[in-house]
Amino acid sequence: MNPIRRIRPTRAACIAALAAALAGLLAGCGGSGSSGSSGSSASSGDHRGGTLVLDWNGIGSSIDTAVDYDQNWTLLYMVYDGLVTWKKVGGAEGNTLVPDLATAIPSPTDGGKTYTFTLRKGIEYSNGAPVKASDFVRAIEREFTVPGPVGSFYQGIVGGDACAKTPKTCDLSQGISADNAAGTVTFHLTGPDPDFLQKLALPFAYAVPASTADKEVGPSNPLPATGPYMFDHYTPNQEILLKRNPHFKEWSKDAQPNGYPDEIEVKLSLSTEAEVTQIEQGQADWMYDQPPNDRLNEIANKYPDQVHLNPVPQVFHMALNTRVAPFNDVRVRQAVNYATDRNAIVKAWGGPQLATPTCQILPPDFPGYEPYCPYTTNPGDGKWHGPDLAKARQLIDASGTKGDKIAVICTPDEASKSVCLYFVSLFKQLGYDSSIKVLSAAVEYPYTQDSSNKAQISFSYWYPDYPSGADWFDVVVGCNGFHPNSTASANLSEFCDPKIQAMTEKAIKTSVTDQDAANQQWAAIDKATTDQAPWIALFLPRHVDFLSARVGNYIFDPNVLVGGPLLDQLWVK
Amino acid sequence: MSTVGSLEQPVEPVPELPQGGSAGASPWRLAFRKLVRNRLSMAALGLFAVIVAVSFAAPLYAHHVAHTDPFASSLTGKTEVNGKRVDVLQQGSGALALGETPIGPTWQRNYFLGADEQGRDVAARVLYGGRTSLIIGVGSALICSLIAVVIGLAAGFYGGIIDGILSRILDIIWAFPVYLLAISIATVLLTQGLSIGPFTISASSLWLPTAIIGVIYVPYVARPIRGAVLSVREKEFVDAAIAQGASDRRLMFGEILPNVIAVVIVLLPLMIATTILTESALSYLSIGVQPPAASWGTIIDDGQQLLYSRPWVAIAPGVMIVLTVLSLNVLGDGVRDALDPRAKLRVKG
Repeated sequence: MNPIRRIRPTRAACIAALAAALAGLLAGCGGSGSSGSSGSSASSGDHRGGTLVLDWNGIGSSIDTAVDYDQNWTLLYMVYDGLVTWKKVGGAEGNTLVPDLATAIPSPTDGGKTYTFTLRKGIEYSNGAPVKASDFVRAIEREFTVPGPVGSFYQGIVGGDACAKTPKTCDLSQGISADNAAGTVTFHLTGPDPDFLQKLALPFAYAVPASTADKEVGPSNPLPATGPYMFDHYTPNQEILLKRNPHFKEWSKDAQPNGYPDEIEVKLSLSTEAEVTQIEQGQADWMYDQPPNDRLNEIANKYPDQVHLNPVPQVFHMALNTRVAPFNDVRVRQAVNYATDRNAIVKAWGGPQLATPTCQILPPDFPGYEPYCPYTTNPGDGKWHGPDLAKARQLIDASGTKGDKIAVICTPDEASKSVCLYFVSLFKQLGYDSSIKVLSAAVEYPYTQDSSNKAQISFSYWYPDYPSGADWFDVVVGCNGFHPNSTASANLSEFCDPKIQAMTEKAIKTSVTDQDAANQQWAAIDKATTDQAPWIALFLPRHVDFLSARVGNYIFDPNVLVGGPLLDQLWVK
Repeated sequence: MSTVGSLEQPVEPVPELPQGGSAGASPWRLAFRKLVRNRLSMAALGLFAVIVAVSFAAPLYAHHVAHTDPFASSLTGKTEVNGKRVDVLQQGSGALALGETPIGPTWQRNYFLGADEQGRDVAARVLYGGRTSLIIGVGSALICSLIAVVIGLAAGFYGGIIDGILSRILDIIWAFPVYLLAISIATVLLTQGLSIGPFTISASSLWLPTAIIGVIYVPYVARPIRGAVLSVREKEFVDAAIAQGASDRRLMFGEILPNVIAVVIVLLPLMIATTILTESALSYLSIGVQPPAASWGTIIDDGQQLLYSRPWVAIAPGVMIVLTVLSLNVLGDGVRDALDPRAKLRVKG
């Protein structure tokens, strides 16, 4: 099962296998920024040293690779390594898998069910201990045994299902074999998994010493590092400090390049307003968070050279609960899709430079993407042109649901509330008795996941863990993503159409052998799902990076691990 | 100025209605005359009356002057400024053209104070917000006073175990920091609303913040009333009524209540000021009045996101809160002076 990934909307992250077209898009993505690098042309050796200071609105998250789901990935990728990773470069190439602690990416054998990796020799943890093959067995076992916020990515390994059901007795000896002497790790799967290598690149599979216990490591005893940095100290709500790992020697510039700053300091719990001010005044170099709307015009006009815009393949949408009235009627779901003025939503988000309207599930340049927008005036060219209120009213009249109560659920943050208020207003216009339900960020997501709460409609977004249609159609709008009465249910719409699910399973099988054919199938599934309207797909965002004046060598990596600039490649000296 | 802080002061001796002064005039009339002679209090009363009047004229302003619906989003709306049609939300300038900034004050009939992030008319919302804040403020102060009178009367009159139980309940409520208690209750009830037997209050109802605020301040009013009842209960006229065979109800409501009601009257303006502030605080924290309804607190919350570019969105309701609370506190002081004989002595002395 692929668990949902949700991050602060303010942090860009993506993992889509952006096609070559994206590279062009990135290159011309406006602002002063792009996916390329910026800064002086002096030799890179001149830029080693200094302290990179980052601001983050959050309070901090777990630094245990088995537990953290996204919040700290931007730091973890500079500290730890797995067998494979995504290439640390800007643009579409950043989604290319490269060997990391393994010498090469193996081809599967045994009908796609077995993968054997050979480890690089001579790599040590920050405590001086050597990295061993058995460390990877421990890493995968801990993903089952250490309680975390998401289900496992590795249930497809032999023994994985049992580990998921009874973590205390987890035994993966049949599924993973390690030979420390030969330096090899072999994974045995229950069936072919076209996404298995991508899953191994996630931090959950990063190497940990085989002696690591089955409990979460805290800020005071971080796991030993393999990357160029290690955790020096971490005070939740205040600060995280990374220092150089004395045992690090660069083995692959593609996989884990050495970093430029000597230290990386993260200041926590700052307001986004304060973050902007700190960067303007040179007290910080980069903010994880999206600058607030109120400051965008200011930074764009005063500091245009320090602002960078990049598209990310997230899709922001309203999840419509297909099992709760009035959205259990497909006519109502289609009606609100027709009625939605996506230009208004784009304005609420910060304007056309920061968001582009969309109507469908898949984002552009994703495998299987074909432009499709039935919910517009003058449909046919795949683009959204304007709301069709007349059609919406027709459908609502036919459904007989006028006057129903609708509670729009959102979080208290500025952008979320703004979008939700638009929908409250729209539903009133369409004849419904609508209200807003603002829940704290910590409560809102589990609340909407749990089907017993019967949440009708909520503002949400999705981006995939790896570039596969399965991560959309088998999870976020697929039958396998819906778990009744559970807070581990990624499918907020509770949408499960047997015909579409059969198409999805067929596409997953096809992608093992023929990716092009699978992509065609994903495109058909995208259209079929969009027609059933489990979402009101709203817009595709562009991420804003605001950097201090002293920073150079900006490289935007859209990959899920980085989701922004390659931080360790920034120059502060 | 008297605010929550002053309500937390130790209980003062019972203010008694002024005696004598004008032969034949009732104590209430004398107090009223004294209040009317207090120019500062009268100015405060006038200011409060103006605020109430303009707030309750909100629908007239919205429909007949500004021609706007202050609760509907107008993200793609346009308005006319100096004869030109302009966007209510305007795209950022410069090469990057980042962000969307609401139109600022036009000082014209429409968008007089500009727009908020939803493109809604701020002036119209401030007036509607005033109506909501005043309704909740006055409503919760009245609920609070009503409950406090019943509890204070019962505790002071019966004494013994009833007084012990009621006083301990009040002590428990008092032990919580008032805002913490309000936030806790509001946070819990906002998810599901309140349902007690046949009575249900939806999460978006104004009754919810009104009831919460009313309840949390009960100890601050009930305790002085209890103290007053304990004092009055020992008076000779109560003994005389008992000797005549008066029932408990007659004693409480016919003999004692009229002699302690001055406590409530003195506290009421101060309570209204305090409850308006509390409502604003809760709404500012998104746990009071729920959008798209407006109160001064919710408008400040909206304006906080626009402090750099459109500060009037937050300043306007802030000014209204200051003026309202100031007028009520000054009026409250005047009422206390009018009803408190010790204050009279101080003035004459």
